[in-house]
Amino acid sequence: MTIQFNTETFRDDYSFHNSDWAIKRFPFPFHEDSYMYSVNMEQHRGGPAGSIYEMRFDVDEHYVSEMRDRAMVLADDPLRCQSLPHMTLAGWDLLELIMVSKSEDYPDLFELHRDGDRWRWINKPMGIDHTFTFLDESTLPYGPMEYITRQAQGDFCVLDQRDDMLWMDAGMVTTQADWSLDFDIGMNFFEWHAPVPLAHEMGIFQRALKFLLNVQQGAPARRLNWTMTVNPLLDTSPENYHKWGIQKTSLTPENLGSKQHLRVELQTFFRLPRSNALVFPIRCYLCSFQDLMTVPKWGRRLHRVVRDLPDELATYKGFIDNRPMMLDYLSQFDDGAPTSPGIWPDLETEPALAK
Amino acid sequence: MSAAPQKTKPGGEQIAVTVSAIAPVNDLVTRFEFKRRDGGAFPPFSGGSHTVVEMKDGALTRLNPYSLMSDPADRTTYAISVRRDDQGRGGSLFLHNRVAVGDALNISYPVNLFALDLRAKKHLFFAGGIGITPFLAMIAQLERTNGNWELHYACRNEALGSYADQLLGKYPNNVHIYYDDQNQAIDLADLLDGQRLGTHAYVCGPKGMINWVHATASAAGWPDAQVHSEEFLAPQPGREFQVRLCKSNKTITVGETESLLEAIERAGVQAPFLCRGGACGQCETDVLKADGEFLHRDHWLDDAQHASGTKIMPCVSRFLGSLDLDR
Amino acid sequence: MSTFQFPESIKSRPVYGTLEPRPGKFHLMIADAEGAEAILDLAAADPALMAKAHVIYIPKGTGDTFVSRLKAVAPAQFYVGPSYEAAVPRLRHVLEAAHMGLQVYLTGTEGLMGQAQNEAMQAGIPHTAIQTEHRGSVARRMQCVHCKGITEDVMHDPFQCAHCGLHLFVRDHYSRRLAAYQGVCIDAEDPGNVPDPVELYS
Repeated sequence: MTIQFNTETFRDDYSFHNSDWAIKRFPFPFHEDSYMYSVNMEQHRGGPAGSIYEMRFDVDEHYVSEMRDRAMVLADDPLRCQSLPHMTLAGWDLLELIMVSKSEDYPDLFELHRDGDRWRWINKPMGIDHTFTFLDESTLPYGPMEYITRQAQGDFCVLDQRDDMLWMDAGMVTTQADWSLDFDIGMNFFEWHAPVPLAHEMGIFQRALKFLLNVQQGAPARRLNWTMTVNPLLDTSPENYHKWGIQKTSLTPENLGSKQHLRVELQTFFRLPRSNALVFPIRCYLCSFQDLMTVPKWGRRLHRVVRDLPDELATYKGFIDNRPMMLDYLSQFDDGAPTSPGIWPDLETEPALAK
Repeated sequence: MSAAPQKTKPGGEQIAVTVSAIAPVNDLVTRFEFKRRDGGAFPPFSGGSHTVVEMKDGALTRLNPYSLMSDPADRTTYAISVRRDDQGRGGSLFLHNRVAVGDALNISYPVNLFALDLRAKKHLFFAGGIGITPFLAMIAQLERTNGNWELHYACRNEALGSYADQLLGKYPNNVHIYYDDQNQAIDLADLLDGQRLGTHAYVCGPKGMINWVHATASAAGWPDAQVHSEEFLAPQPGREFQVRLCKSNKTITVGETESLLEAIERAGVQAPFLCRGGACGQCETDVLKADGEFLHRDHWLDDAQHASGTKIMPCVSRFLGSLDLDR
Repeated sequence: MSTFQFPESIKSRPVYGTLEPRPGKFHLMIADAEGAEAILDLAAADPALMAKAHVIYIPKGTGDTFVSRLKAVAPAQFYVGPSYEAAVPRLRHVLEAAHMGLQVYLTGTEGLMGQAQNEAMQAGIPHTAIQTEHRGSVARRMQCVHCKGITEDVMHDPFQCAHCGLHLFVRDHYSRRLAAYQGVCIDAEDPGNVPDPVELYS
């Protein structure tokens, strides 16, 4: 599997860009022309070849640059990666899971050689060749969770399972959609989701919790979540909101296509063996509106979803003020034609825009 | 989302194993050891986990949960210890009498409903009889990480004290054995008194012992969240009853010695399940109509749900009369 | 009576109860200001409790109002301190030496209860086992999510961070670990546009 890795930035000059390959495999999250919350879980057991669902931990052209951005975020604010003391064993479980998965799924990029507890890990894209002793932290430059998540795209929440509840007791969170690990660490499933409007009343979290408590070894699950971001900024943290919030006001009808991004999270859930914890990777994919519009079905659908979204959701997802401008832009790409059910681009069957 | 979204397989993923050793421990207890049929390594697991062993007994498929007693770090072998129950439904008898070294079986991935609280400053274990098994794995795990633990193990007599000698030999300072026939009893109230803050208690054994530990700790001011227990409920026999499976459009009669879940499966209908012992909630089923009396035996539904007549846990609970289920 | 009916809010916002005697070997009671009234109510419900109780009391603005009445219910140990911070070394020592069977009762302001609860949790007591009852001031401890500084006794929304000076709006999202609510920059998208502060719960 040869991937051409981009050299790009997710801040300042924002040189981030998606190749055609990346656009076609982008996880467009809407399977119908409107959106409401659901416990949209399914088994994480592969997917169509080349899709983001195929591998356990998807690696794409943004890998090297994302890891560089993560390192910068952590240098600036080490509190983005924290692990309560009892979670170190879970960190080792996660390290094993990622190393085994990546070396099996991408053998040209990653290698794992194990001789009892002596492991050798080779990460070619990042130029890492490291021998260490599994379960011995003194042989790693960081704790195991931090070590491996500095080499894996997306955020990682490691949840302790106690008293029929999940607890956010460790995490690496540098690409989040506006929540703070430093504030939320130690909270339980209902508490860290407290700010989400409407979903609690709908019983979404009660059903989701029941499902997640029963995710077993060997049977991971996944779902999609989404929000909006102006500029391909990965670090949309509350910590830095006083610096990036202003960017939301920089949208104009002329730049909206290139600046406004749909931000989709592929959330996966894996049971960890030795600690019985649950890891919750949150993989972030960004795509500009203008790139999305190259897929006619997505153009039509996105307009309808954004237009009909309840105010509370548009407010919570942070784009209520920009919605009118977004709709002015998106309506140009909606000719009113029907759209097929499902998330796939369906380029062969969906007609081009008739406008 | 994906082109073919899949549902969870009922019972979770399985591992194909061969019985690699059968070792009688005493008159009642036998240890069974397993190796993977494909020669690969077993998944690691957390102490307190159990596996559900699938046994093909003629036309009947038995699924029984057993605690994993082997060292979680030993990935070559999984081991369980089974207490023979001559009055039971036959699962333990099947293993004792009909399984031989070299036989092929399927077992589930480890599932943990009795996990250690890794924040604990000390782990205090109370075992009764065959309830010793999960603690063997927990102790092996804690020993690797210099954990602070203590075991109090009540046995009927020396002959039936499974693994008591080995435990005393290996950990003379942390293990205390009590033989019923020598009138030795755990001085529970005294033991609990004076434990440091942050001590967690774990009990696995007969129902009476579990209730006793919970009640004594509670009376002494221990928070409920610091007392953990596991009790696998075996489905109890009972009178036959009729069930209509509305979604599948089938009517079945649940026999005297089979559980409601087993009857549903016998009818060719797949219902979700995991622990088979009334504790994990996976088999929770909606009741559409009930004409008779519920015999709830699970640990999953709360009192209000039991009283509502709208839910039942088919793995262990029964009914007197006729029932319409959403399956 | 100094009780306040907090409006219903999000799942992370703490909900306080009413202190009641519970079985235990020893009873640690920590209160500030009007929280003394809840301790007195507890003593009235079960006078024998006080013989096994250690009361840590910070009067704050109430001065001597409750001190003699607390002394009169004869707790086994009674400490009156000038501030919560001054009481912390004592509190930590008591928790370190404590055994299972310790019951903890917290009452008074949210800030006091949150911080004391945290100390008890560090010592190994689950937060669900710690009783809390709110009395007195409804001022909040606020953490500025930007600079991580804590501003005490916040009564208005928005308010200014006592550390970095940013104008922050008050969220109901609460962290047990930090014993504080979250404050977020209010004028990030329109710098300088800071609404007039409004008193909390008005």
